[in-house]
Amino acid sequence: MVPVQWYLLLAAVLFGVGLVGVLIKRNALIVMMCIELMLNAANLTFLAFARQQGNIGGHAIAFFVIAVAAAEAAVGLAIVIAIYRTTGSVNVDDVRELREEG
Amino acid sequence: MLSSPQRKPFSPRAVLVITLAVGVLLFGALFTGILVLTAAIKPVMIAAFLRQVVGVDPATWPHTTLVTWVSMAITALILLTFGAVISGATVWWEMRVSARMQSRIGYNRAGAGGFLQWIADAVKLLFKEDLIPAEADQLLFRVAPYFVMTGFALTFVALPFGEGLVAADLNVGIFYMVAVTALVVVGILLAGWSSNSKWALFGGMRAAAQVVSYEIPAGIAIMVPVLMAGTLSMQGIIRAQGAWPWQWFVFTNPAATVAFLIFFISQLAEGNRTPFDLPEADSELVAGYLSEYSGFRFALFFLVEFGNLWVMAAVLTTLFLGGWQIPWVSAADWTAARGALGDLPGAGWWGLQLLSMLVMVLKTLVVLNVIVWIRWTLPRIRIDQMMNLCWKYLVPFAFAAFVFTLLWQVLLARVPLLATFTGFIMTGLFVAMAALFGRQVKANIAASGDHVDLTNW
Amino acid sequence: MNVTAEQVIFLAFAVPLVAAAIGVVVARSPMYAAMSLVGAFFCLAGVYVLLTAHLIAFLQILVYAGAVMVLFLFVIMLLSLGGEGQQLDRLKQLQWLGFVLGGGGLMALLAWISREVAGAEMAAVGPDFGTIKAVGRALFTTYLLPFEATSLLLTVAIVGAVVVAKEKI
Repeated sequence: MVPVQWYLLLAAVLFGVGLVGVLIKRNALIVMMCIELMLNAANLTFLAFARQQGNIGGHAIAFFVIAVAAAEAAVGLAIVIAIYRTTGSVNVDDVRELREEG
Repeated sequence: MLSSPQRKPFSPRAVLVITLAVGVLLFGALFTGILVLTAAIKPVMIAAFLRQVVGVDPATWPHTTLVTWVSMAITALILLTFGAVISGATVWWEMRVSARMQSRIGYNRAGAGGFLQWIADAVKLLFKEDLIPAEADQLLFRVAPYFVMTGFALTFVALPFGEGLVAADLNVGIFYMVAVTALVVVGILLAGWSSNSKWALFGGMRAAAQVVSYEIPAGIAIMVPVLMAGTLSMQGIIRAQGAWPWQWFVFTNPAATVAFLIFFISQLAEGNRTPFDLPEADSELVAGYLSEYSGFRFALFFLVEFGNLWVMAAVLTTLFLGGWQIPWVSAADWTAARGALGDLPGAGWWGLQLLSMLVMVLKTLVVLNVIVWIRWTLPRIRIDQMMNLCWKYLVPFAFAAFVFTLLWQVLLARVPLLATFTGFIMTGLFVAMAALFGRQVKANIAASGDHVDLTNW
Repeated sequence: MNVTAEQVIFLAFAVPLVAAAIGVVVARSPMYAAMSLVGAFFCLAGVYVLLTAHLIAFLQILVYAGAVMVLFLFVIMLLSLGGEGQQLDRLKQLQWLGFVLGGGGLMALLAWISREVAGAEMAAVGPDFGTIKAVGRALFTTYLLPFEATSLLLTVAIVGAVVVAKEKI
């Protein structure tokens, strides 16, 4: 039997890697991929606790997370395409139209 | 002039004998292997085998796990070989049928009726140089065919061949099939991108747009038989149907007929078959995502493309056409033939299994043949037509069929006889349509001054 | 501590999973990042199966590997970003700060989990747990309202994606 702790540690590592990716990557697509990683880490935690408590609710929440992640990817990628069309780049640092000069 | 050493050609009779021997031995061995092994790798069967044939107690014998793993490995190998061989045989059949339809001769050199041509082609492809374009992304270019191959090979895990003949009867069977075929499109996209060629890139992008779009109507259409059977398991869906045409899902519910057509069209599109072969359209894109491939890697793509026809046809048969159900044999007969669960089943059970496999294979081949006909009948459609068909027609109709089936199931719970009644009417309609089709074909042949000649193979 | 077969299988999925996740972050081109992510999702599906979450495992493959990642690959190809190397970054110090903060947060999380959750026992579950039947029952009874809300969300997302991405409607 694999202790629940292992799953949680794995989820924490995944979340941490995703977080680091979001913070250090400048390519909007890779930032979105890292967000997907973090969502999956959350899912893994839900499923691990669902298994530990014997409660199927965690699976239902994981189902919703997957649906939300799919919606997020669709809208997010559409925004990336729109940004690419106006700025010619997918670098998140290039999107600073609304920033104050200085 | 140099005289080349001439080999004396075989006599036609000898060629026929050799071809028949190869065909019968190859397919006989494969089908026997599938029959015996897919039935035998269930834990109960292995335990019974060890107890009764080897004469040891499976619970205490140290090698039980080993035997299980080895038999599973052999089964996997046989299923993989079956996929490859059936794909080759499909190529042969397709070429023969297309030659007939276009008044050509077609394959006729290697073996009787050119039947051994696919073996010759495979050998030729294996010996070709494995070219990788200098500008291609080396790693991704190399791995792309394996993605495609894995997606194809994994489908055989849940593909039924007969009553007890399935490697693993997963409780999410059909869902699993849809999920693993997703790997194929990832491989196609990779191939298209990593080739670093405009043709390949266009092909890959078209494939992605097409497959992702058509997965939606296919997925909803699958829900119709799932609703009618109340299970996702492939075997469960077959068990919910009967052996006679009027007990098949496709005829017992008018919405299921619509779902069948939608699923059929979506499968054609997902398998990149004409009229949906835009991703590899030879006249516009050279060969689409395949353009830069040669040798073994090309052979893998080709194998999957034609092997997929079998998978498609088998899934259609399973979901809508009654699968392996044998007339006059009920679930009770199966249980009776099986005998005590702890023992090895008797000869009667094996006979029934063989019969069920025969029914399944025959139905699959008929559907496969229809797919071949369609490829050589319809021209390729344009990309905007392809998208329109999917989103404006198939998706709404699939939703309508889904909702209708929900109401239908409620109605059936009150009036169970309705299913039989609809089944008879729909079967009658189908037979009438088939008869009209046959008559029209005959009239067309007569009108063009031609005649049906099946002798010149 | 005795190592069981299940733990070996867990590690066989977990180690490639972490490697693939790191691959997403360190990959030179978006294409390789996307491929690493596909690998990570497959390993994660394996971990889900170990947690007896069969339905979610197949959903994971179907939705992520089959749809979301194909969408990512499609956009990468559409914008032809695949071969692009990492740009020279102006905000080098801020990135280091991000790395340290993210890594520090991860370490704190790991330490907390090892201390607090140690020794929690897995509940005994029936053979039904995690099958489509059980999850479906939960979805259509307890979680009916969120389920319907999800369908609304997806509709909004479809319309939104089309409106945002299309040049002129």
